[in-house]
Amino acid sequence: MSTILINNLCKRYGKFQAINNLSLELDSGQIVGLVGPNGSGKSSLLRIIGAFDMAYSGEVLINGLKPGLESRKIVSYLSDKPYISDNLRAEQIIKLYDDFFPDFNKDKAFRMLDLFKLKSEQKLVEMSKGMGEKVQVLLTMSREAKIYILDEPISGVDPASRKIILRSMIEGFSEDALMIVSTHLLNDIENIIDSVIFLDSGQIKIKGSTDDLREQHGKGINELFEQIFQ
Amino acid sequence: MSYKFDESQPIYLQLIEIFKTYIANGAWKAGEKIESVRNLALDFAVNPNTVQRALVELENIGLAYSQRTTGRFITQNQEKINNLKHEMAENKTRDFVIQMQAIDIEQREILDLVQRCLDSEEITNQQENH
Repeated sequence: MSTILINNLCKRYGKFQAINNLSLELDSGQIVGLVGPNGSGKSSLLRIIGAFDMAYSGEVLINGLKPGLESRKIVSYLSDKPYISDNLRAEQIIKLYDDFFPDFNKDKAFRMLDLFKLKSEQKLVEMSKGMGEKVQVLLTMSREAKIYILDEPISGVDPASRKIILRSMIEGFSEDALMIVSTHLLNDIENIIDSVIFLDSGQIKIKGSTDDLREQHGKGINELFEQIFQ
Repeated sequence: MSYKFDESQPIYLQLIEIFKTYIANGAWKAGEKIESVRNLALDFAVNPNTVQRALVELENIGLAYSQRTTGRFITQNQEKINNLKHEMAENKTRDFVIQMQAIDIEQREILDLVQRCLDSEEITNQQENH
């Protein structure tokens, strides 16, 4: 059974076709980069996989399950928009996650809080945008999930924190886990992903192993991306 | 550690070359246990599967072997390691000679250049720092 199986997926917002008849099969044990220009359908696709958007047509199976409450138990999803109450302190949010998700690793969350040099008593509302994003990332990575969906985890944070996030992705990686990370900062992640999916106008333009693509085209993934989307 | 890879080449091939260098220069000693895939991935900031692929290739060419329960080790066969060193040295020499020929340097001059380079302080210092 594929970890993620998608057949003929379509998603519209009014007249705008965000995802256009997309089919995709992904297995565990890999880190997949999802890239594409703004509006290419990256976030729409990830929201559907994360069961945060049920209004689509086509078939989507997450570990054999239709996206919903059951599938969410095995999917750790980092949204591009925060959805936690601003008035909570970092430690309260971690407690909340620990209560809510059986696969949550509280020690890891506090360890990452330290690595990011964040204070556990600080409220989210008092944090800068980048700090808030780090909290989101540590919450997502502290679950021992089967699927990690990271929608733009590194775009808003400083280079030092970017490194910590990339490290946490390598550490969090396991044979049984599938990690999908969307970004437009391909340079930073191209060495840590197994394969890459180039999305354009809601369709897959290129999909392949990063090392195979390097060999085939004789150039880096970022360069290839720039060439294709010029 | 942050390692700069050539982005136009597959990472696993570059890792194989790095690992071979480690074995040739003794940073990874004969019979020694190799770091875990995860730690190597963290050290080089690359995908764990890419490290795995490179290590499997080291096994295929006889420079490493796996033990089911204890992990992966560098070969204990010193002859294999010596062969590796010679092979790497020959390849690098061939590349060098081809580059010299490409700019039309004659055989005598190549040999002179190598001798002068070996005699120069710069190279001696570099070796001491190594």
